[in-house]
Amino acid sequence: MKVYRVRAIIERDMRKFFRSPALMMTSMVFPLMQLIVLGYAFGGKIKNVNLALVDEDRAAESRVVRERLNAIVEGPRTFRISEYSNLPDAMTDLRAGFVKAVLEIPPDFSERVLRNEKPRIAFIEDNTDNFTASGILERVQEIQTSLNGPVLPPLQSGQSLASNMTSVLSPERLPGKIEIQTVEVYPYIEYIKYLLAGSISISIFVVAMIGGGIVFIDDKARGLHEGYLATPLSKADLVLGLVSSGAIKGLMAGFTITIIGGLIAGIERLWDPVRLVYLVIVLGVTALAMISFMFLLMVRVSDPLVPRAIFGVLNTLLYFPSGAIYPTEGFPVWLRWISVIDPFTYAVHALKNLLLKNTGFEGIYGDVGILCAFAVVLISGCILLFKRQI
Amino acid sequence: MSAIEVDGLTKRFGDFVAVDQVRFNVEDGEIFGLLGPNGAGKTTLIRMLTTLTPPTEGTARVAGHDVRKDADGVRNSIGVIPQALTSDPELTAEENLMIHAKLYGVPANRRTKLIRDLLEAVDLTRFAKGLVGTFSGGMRRRLEIARGLVHSPKILFLDEPTTGLDPVSRTNVWEMIDKVQKQSNLTILLTTHYMDEADKLCHRIAIVDHGKLAALDTPTQLKDSIPGNDVVEAEFAHEPPNWQEKLKVLPQVVSVTEREGVTHIGSHSGPDTVGALMEAARKAGVTVKRVTVQGTTLDDVFLHYTGRQLRDEVGAGARLDIAHLYK
Repeated sequence: MKVYRVRAIIERDMRKFFRSPALMMTSMVFPLMQLIVLGYAFGGKIKNVNLALVDEDRAAESRVVRERLNAIVEGPRTFRISEYSNLPDAMTDLRAGFVKAVLEIPPDFSERVLRNEKPRIAFIEDNTDNFTASGILERVQEIQTSLNGPVLPPLQSGQSLASNMTSVLSPERLPGKIEIQTVEVYPYIEYIKYLLAGSISISIFVVAMIGGGIVFIDDKARGLHEGYLATPLSKADLVLGLVSSGAIKGLMAGFTITIIGGLIAGIERLWDPVRLVYLVIVLGVTALAMISFMFLLMVRVSDPLVPRAIFGVLNTLLYFPSGAIYPTEGFPVWLRWISVIDPFTYAVHALKNLLLKNTGFEGIYGDVGILCAFAVVLISGCILLFKRQI
Repeated sequence: MSAIEVDGLTKRFGDFVAVDQVRFNVEDGEIFGLLGPNGAGKTTLIRMLTTLTPPTEGTARVAGHDVRKDADGVRNSIGVIPQALTSDPELTAEENLMIHAKLYGVPANRRTKLIRDLLEAVDLTRFAKGLVGTFSGGMRRRLEIARGLVHSPKILFLDEPTTGLDPVSRTNVWEMIDKVQKQSNLTILLTTHYMDEADKLCHRIAIVDHGKLAALDTPTQLKDSIPGNDVVEAEFAHEPPNWQEKLKVLPQVVSVTEREGVTHIGSHSGPDTVGALMEAARKAGVTVKRVTVQGTTLDDVFLHYTGRQLRDEVGAGARLDIAHLYK
């Protein structure tokens, strides 16, 4: 080894680095992006979750419960309330993922409160997302505590606080203690199962990073593109061909990880043929959306180092805000907006619905529709921006 | 109607004019060469004709299709072999041809035989299943010629088809181009900076320099168009001041030019001029360091029409004496 040779290699590398603004930017942006996104993506307070309320009592005591629930809606905003007239409808939406929990107030609730006969409220939770379920339950338990505590009547003139409290706390004046009966809809979900949807999406994203439009950047760098541009291929032929091949590769990667990951995580009834068909649909549209997303980002890029450089940034920017490892309901508003325009979000949601809840098509059609629309818009953008000439 | 009609074609990149008001026609079944040094504008010209770059001005029709208005018509009628090697190295020779046959919509029932015939024509049958990444430059170039013919185009464009190849591979490629043209009466437009290549292959040659056409004719007529049948090249020492004037009056001499110490004498009869030259040198006390006689070459034609030789394209700095660096 000779020091002067090592110095020459260092100089060569540094000169190249400083002549590539994209690489310099990425090296600085990446850690900052990671700090901000990861910093806000974990441990935030759950907000604005959909809670189904089935009030079958509709009497005085249930109104008290509703008032307390409304106080949460207006105050900490942990959940929004969607009212249902019957439990089966609420359960259908719970299983489809439209609501995260159901609070059922039974028909005899007020009577039981007044008769002091163990009044119960049922809290039925979607335990495939433990973070969200725990967040809602915590608030419901706060309501339970406050309802079960003593209520002080207004002080009468001349009455002391002590005598007022004594009258309230006498055993015969205490209302019946409300119990919360918690029901988990699904068997216990281990965290590895919770993570599986994200891992499958990542496998498709990795293919999107090395396939699709990036193949063409590589072809450009190697001079291979001229041979193809001289043929009658149109812009649409090229874009659709590259996006489709990338999507097929993404689907293959995603399906492989689904099966292997599903076996490792112990997903029940993995070989259910109907679910496998739905999985293929979700994986296919996810791959299409991700490949076209990457294609659009890279459609005017010529330097093959650029996609490699932004891989880490995109990974952080798209994977963590998707709800793959922490629910989006715990994010600050700006991060929620990223999750709204992030194809990962819909892929993760649909895959969780299929793998953890086996929801059927009603649990994925919204995500599939959004991913399809996403792909159509992005592919149109790619065709519009693609430069057919040298 | 000519196979290719070019009229006033111009390409500008900002203030730089790469191709300047070029006009020529290429007839059916002709091998037409664009001869010029690197940077003369040949590749830009071929890219405009193959629809890869839009012209700034002028018109061009290829196989009857306007390159601006009917790019698809042009692309369907031509085969293009770009200067860079553009076959996919990760695919086999057969797969490369198959993909292109599919791109051009060659019917499935014709593809297998077509590919077999093409591979045989370019002498690659033995390597049909070989990955192109393992091929030599000459093999890849031959494969690309086959690829350019996969849809039976009317016109084939070859951009410097033998650049970077060893002499044996170059000869093979020349033979292949000649054979393909003769067998199919294909129209071929090729660019080259090799005079021997242009001389051997082309029916007509356009000399391109600084984006302009300097001359256009058959190789024979181009050579005949410059004064003298032979060129005497000589190097002298101790020449008197009027030495060039004395050379001009020697028998059979038609022109005398001097560049970088080498005197080029155009002559109707090289041997007669050399005899007279030696006698004149003896009488004037001039030392003749070197003298050669050769028939007129395209390099002489290029020199005549552009004022420089093809090999002069490098800057003056490249001729700097660097012997002292090794002392």
